[in-house]
Amino acid sequence: MANIISDETIEYVGILAKLELSPEEKEQAKKDMGSMLDYIDKLNELDTTGVEPMSHVFPVQNVFREDVVTNGDGSADALKNAPGMKDNMYKVPKTFDK
Amino acid sequence: MAQKIYETVIGLEVHVELATKTKIFCGCSTEFGGAPNSHTCPVCTGMPGSLPVLNKQVLEYAVAVGLATNCNITQYCKFDRKNYFYPDNPQNYQISQLYLPICRNGHVEIETAAGKKNVGIHEIHMEEDAGKLIHDEWEDCSLVDYNRSGVPLIEIVSEPDMRSADEVIAYLEKLRLLIQYLGASDCKLQEGSMRADVNLSIREMGAPEFGTRTEMKNLNSFKAIAHAIDGERARQIELLEEGKAVIQETRRWDDNKEYSYAMRSKEDAQDYRYFPDPDLTPIVVSDEWLSEIKAKQPEFRTEKIARYQKEFDIPEYDIDIITSSKHMADLFEATVALGREPKKVSNWLMVETMRLLKENMMDPEDIKYSPEHLAALIKLVDDKAINGSVAKEVFEVVFKEDVDPVQYVEEHGLKTVNDEGALRKTIEEIVAANPQSVEDYHNGKEKAIGFLVGQTMKAMHGKADPGMVNQILKELL
Repeated sequence: MANIISDETIEYVGILAKLELSPEEKEQAKKDMGSMLDYIDKLNELDTTGVEPMSHVFPVQNVFREDVVTNGDGSADALKNAPGMKDNMYKVPKTFDK
Repeated sequence: MAQKIYETVIGLEVHVELATKTKIFCGCSTEFGGAPNSHTCPVCTGMPGSLPVLNKQVLEYAVAVGLATNCNITQYCKFDRKNYFYPDNPQNYQISQLYLPICRNGHVEIETAAGKKNVGIHEIHMEEDAGKLIHDEWEDCSLVDYNRSGVPLIEIVSEPDMRSADEVIAYLEKLRLLIQYLGASDCKLQEGSMRADVNLSIREMGAPEFGTRTEMKNLNSFKAIAHAIDGERARQIELLEEGKAVIQETRRWDDNKEYSYAMRSKEDAQDYRYFPDPDLTPIVVSDEWLSEIKAKQPEFRTEKIARYQKEFDIPEYDIDIITSSKHMADLFEATVALGREPKKVSNWLMVETMRLLKENMMDPEDIKYSPEHLAALIKLVDDKAINGSVAKEVFEVVFKEDVDPVQYVEEHGLKTVNDEGALRKTIEEIVAANPQSVEDYHNGKEKAIGFLVGQTMKAMHGKADPGMVNQILKELL
């Protein structure tokens, strides 16, 4: 495997993804990420001079909606998924201003 | 040691909430003031498996703003995901544009006491707003309302071309007017439909490099922006003079305390891991479509001013004030189109309307009365059906409740009494009751007649023609 993921990198990626990994899981994740990067390196061997970067997998473009209200009050359904509820709002652990 | 002279370098990130009826990626209403979460659906609450579809009007508004600010329109553009975790963002990513923003490389011309200059626009991109967090003191938790989640925004990123608070405000005013004229947003800072983040650094005058910048948030009035700029400039100068370094960080301005405090520094800055959003297809703005949007661009302020100068016989000063609000300009033109004299229409806007707006702390955009009712009121005065002071009284009601002035005057019996006999009789009584004033008048005190006119108007409940009162009084005296 050409790409070696450091302990710092896996720690950082864990923080970004909000994942707490056990030492064994960290080792496994380092190996997995390394082989993913190896795969990308393989793709990088291709000469892509003059090829436009792809931004979507399907050959579709310009899918739009008209500016018309189609939805009513969806709060009852939506709030069924809430971890907690108060005054028709989602109750979450205290946050500070960003 | 000679005093160092510092230059302030400012760039702005301006978020504008677009005036669409629905959200950017779903058919939920954007209307303000609904019950919490009443305007939500699986898309704007980030449910797995939901599919966002772009509101065409959002794209057209964004392109229109780009054209009005001399930008190049990116005819092949797309959306990207900006990843971060925060409860106001239910998807754990915000859909925004990083790689191919819809507009790039524009500029607007601003004018301040220091003269005219161009402020460059780096880019304009489309994105979605986040939900609203409310802190619950009782239970020590936070409550989230997703009604704002998915409301369409454009973010206008300027170049670091501004050098003073004056220039910043001129730039914001310019953007606000252009966007209001387009009808793309009402751009109210207080209500958050226009928000400005200020990036500011200082450097010694003439230095080639920029200094380290800070970003200030929570600026919701022009006054707060001006204060924050002066405050932050002073803070950075003090740091440099003490030999300390400015730290690149985000600061929150507290306009009550007139001080900003650090929110987060570069060290714990987020890594947003942007990548193209696979749920949304690329957007191709064809040449034809672009021409169509161009053709729909309204007459902007500069053109309107030029036309008013040609078409209407009103002073430059009036034109300047009237065109400073699209709504007021529309109201002016519609009232004139109903056959009223431009100068008279302008006077009602410039004097009484402006006074009432100021008293009620309202913007010209909040004027509720119709051109029909203003025209009807002016006609009542022209026809001498009511006098000037009654007209002002009636206008206050028109301003507040948009009542029909003809009906209101009728119902409240405010018509000027044109019955000369009745008026003469009242004046005779007043003259008889005030011998002292009559004597004063005969002794050359011109002012005494004013008192008698006042007494007559009072007796007539304000419904007399002052010209006629004066004439009869002089005859009798």
